[in-house]
Amino acid sequence: MTNQSTNENNQPHHLRKMTVMWVILSVVGDVLFSIFVAPHVPPGRLTETAAKDQTDFNILFEMAIPVLFGVWIYLSYSLIVWGDKRNPNPAFSGDAARTNMKAQVSWIVITTVTVLFLAGFGTYALIVDHGSGGGQGPNPAFSPSGALKAETAALVGKATWSPGSKNVLPVQVIAQQWKFTYRYPTFGGFESSQLIVPADTTIAFNVTSLDVIHSFWAYQLGVKADANPGVNNVAFTTTKDPGNFIVRCSELCGIWHGSMYNSGKVESQADFESWATNTEAANSTNTALLPAFAWTYTPDANGADGGYYNDDNDPYSTVETYGAKQPS
Amino acid sequence: MTISEERSTEVTGDAAGHPHPPRKLSWTQRPGIFSQNIITALVFAVIGYAIGHWFGNYLSSGYDYIQNSGQNAIANTLALAFGVVGWLLGIGALNYPVAKLFGVDGLDEESPVDNWTKYFRYTLDHKVVGLQYVVGVILFMFTGGLLAMAIRAELLNPTTHLFSPDTYIKIVSEHGTIMMMMATSIIVGPLGNYFVPLMIGARRMAFPRIEALSFWIFTAGYMVIFSALPYGGFPTGWTGYAPLQTQAGPGMVSYLLGFAVIGIGMILAGFNQAVTIINYRAPGMTWSRVPIFVWSILATAALLTLATPVLFAGGLFGLLDKTVQTAFYVTEHGGSSYLWQNLFWFFGHPEVYIMALPGFGIAGEILPVFTRRPLFAYKVAAAGMIGVALLSFFVWQHHLFQSGINPDMRPLFMLTTELISIPTGFIFLVGMGTLYRAKIRLEIPMLFVLALFFNFLIGGVTGVFLSDVPVNVTVHGGFFVLSHFHYTIMGGLLFAFMAGLYFWLPKMTGKMMNKKIGKIHFWMMFVFFNLTWSMWIKPEAAPANPWESLGLEWQTASPVPAYNFERIPVIMTDPYRYSEEGAPAYADLGVGGSESSNPSMA
Repeated sequence: MTNQSTNENNQPHHLRKMTVMWVILSVVGDVLFSIFVAPHVPPGRLTETAAKDQTDFNILFEMAIPVLFGVWIYLSYSLIVWGDKRNPNPAFSGDAARTNMKAQVSWIVITTVTVLFLAGFGTYALIVDHGSGGGQGPNPAFSPSGALKAETAALVGKATWSPGSKNVLPVQVIAQQWKFTYRYPTFGGFESSQLIVPADTTIAFNVTSLDVIHSFWAYQLGVKADANPGVNNVAFTTTKDPGNFIVRCSELCGIWHGSMYNSGKVESQADFESWATNTEAANSTNTALLPAFAWTYTPDANGADGGYYNDDNDPYSTVETYGAKQPS
Repeated sequence: MTISEERSTEVTGDAAGHPHPPRKLSWTQRPGIFSQNIITALVFAVIGYAIGHWFGNYLSSGYDYIQNSGQNAIANTLALAFGVVGWLLGIGALNYPVAKLFGVDGLDEESPVDNWTKYFRYTLDHKVVGLQYVVGVILFMFTGGLLAMAIRAELLNPTTHLFSPDTYIKIVSEHGTIMMMMATSIIVGPLGNYFVPLMIGARRMAFPRIEALSFWIFTAGYMVIFSALPYGGFPTGWTGYAPLQTQAGPGMVSYLLGFAVIGIGMILAGFNQAVTIINYRAPGMTWSRVPIFVWSILATAALLTLATPVLFAGGLFGLLDKTVQTAFYVTEHGGSSYLWQNLFWFFGHPEVYIMALPGFGIAGEILPVFTRRPLFAYKVAAAGMIGVALLSFFVWQHHLFQSGINPDMRPLFMLTTELISIPTGFIFLVGMGTLYRAKIRLEIPMLFVLALFFNFLIGGVTGVFLSDVPVNVTVHGGFFVLSHFHYTIMGGLLFAFMAGLYFWLPKMTGKMMNKKIGKIHFWMMFVFFNLTWSMWIKPEAAPANPWESLGLEWQTASPVPAYNFERIPVIMTDPYRYSEEGAPAYADLGVGGSESSNPSMA
């Protein structure tokens, strides 16, 4: 090792050593990772969607660790073994070989296979997990069964949900500078600043904005969907047990972006139903003033509030505005 | 002065190197107070600004509500635009086209005096432009770096605040914008302009006027972007998403116009580099003999030329929305909030590779010198760069994964994004292959290159995480992305820039950097990713070829003569034939050049 020039015919020697170190360190690293780190990787396991996202995240980590170790071991090994201070023999400069076809071909094959596997696996996970909790736009291609029916029914006020019904629960998320509010079309379209959802239920979040682009990020639910004005962005999650989660805005939306967060709850189905029906009753006078339930609310000349309130009821409007009438 | 008259690829040429005889100086160029330099440029810029502002207020005089309010986007836009034109007029960048317009011929644009003042003038020598760029980008980076330190200072404590939210968001936005625009030019500008002609054996760039113009546009763009702060800043971050953009105050005009102005400079610099590399290579320099740094600049030039016009158009749409009330990005009037996102990222993702590729090129250029080995898998490296450049146009929608784009597009863009990691990974094949059985000299440039491999690996692997849609749901738009791109740009590109500076400054200045301070700089920067400006103390005179490189740029005289080569060199063989016994010299430089002697065998 100290004298390269006598070692000319022994090239695989280096690679074998590095491989042994690499295998050992990678196995140790992966095992340590799965014991100590993997359970804490975001977004946790509060919902089925979150759990699957976490599993995918961990699979990537387990694959990344050998890659990182491979390169780092190679770099350190080269510096130690082939540094010029260790190799004072002036007769030997570097190896003049320009390339090695076998190394090139195997590199390209290995990286290609890895990458194609990752793309295939990611696509599989995305489809099987109904979009993995990401915003799918107004026409979600990977929706759970019954979701589109519930969404269509919600628009005409006919969506139903009760404990044990296994129905998909549509919830509307309305973002504006700088808060989120939530409308529950299944319960008379009341609006709340609290996000409470039932356990063991598939939720269809319908995310829209009244002004600029926001992003609805329900961290522990494994949901993230941008809120665009005039666009209904749908994301699905399937809840399991009761628990708490936080909601943050994840798209820079102006000076109070950092303060645009609140917390939400997954409650048992019975608790949720009693909360929802009580809130519906308590808010019925307010709900009557809101525009009819719709998937989007076109902002108008009054800016941030625009059109969300009927013009007649617009608390901020000093002048009659144009357009923005909601279908009743 | 047409190109065909003085194609610098002709082997024979005027030994003194002057393409045309000296002419009478016009009054604008005589040394003294009236000659055109950075001061006249400033004066003209201020005059242009005032005229533009007045004109804008005049045009919008029908709208009492905004006229003279300081919020008049028409006046602000025209003021900045006229200011840029004034800057270019004042520096003399428009002398030639204006003279041509009036039928005046034979204008001499060479610097009137050959002393330090040429660095503050419009100069056609690519080496001067290169050095101007070095100082320019460092100033640019210094401004962005100060803003970064302001961000870190605010984040020292979550409850005690240094800045109001309003100020903080301006600082964040300005930091991102300045750094991103600086980073697009940080290697192509200084090292590309200085060394590409030297490395391909040319006497100059294909379009010297455009080269100089691109630098002075770059500086104008810097000032326009910086003017956002006195205008009250903008709240959108460097991505400038509409409709927040439409809602923002007058600082947004500086952002949009600044992108457009710098965009022009990037397009000009890009096609100038591409034309130079394709047409001005010395005889014998076939495509398989082109240094890898030149390949990387060629791939980058293609990206600059093709991607930047989209940003330019996007910025213009935004300006129209703000000034004459069009509705490109205004949903309620028939526009779309997605339009800016798509335009911006269609430029923005190739931009990432505009920043990464020259860094790979520098790594590939420096590795053989300090390992005394040929570059491993040279052809794969070049093919990888072209592959990255091509694929980078097909990945932009991964920035919109959670935005509600057509959901069917997500698997497709997940695939393309992961595919691009294959050609990007070639740089690791090349780097690791070159290190194999090498004789590694840990000089400062080499340290920076090794750090690049360390940092960029983390940046690259986290990129694969981001491309995976289920994982992207959690990490999109968060600190994971923030760390990822700081690892690629700061850890990759900036380390490459430093490697390149330490490697080539001895050639550019004739001075060796102080090794001890250089090593401290390296370790500080590697450990803190920070502290950058401490290398000029106690410089020693540089030997002609301090690193014993075989590269063509080291074979010319030092300091480099005005027209680079006494005679255009003839390229004899492949680059990087280190440690190969009996290998012929890379280039035949004719009279006065180092005839053969392969320094690696010495």
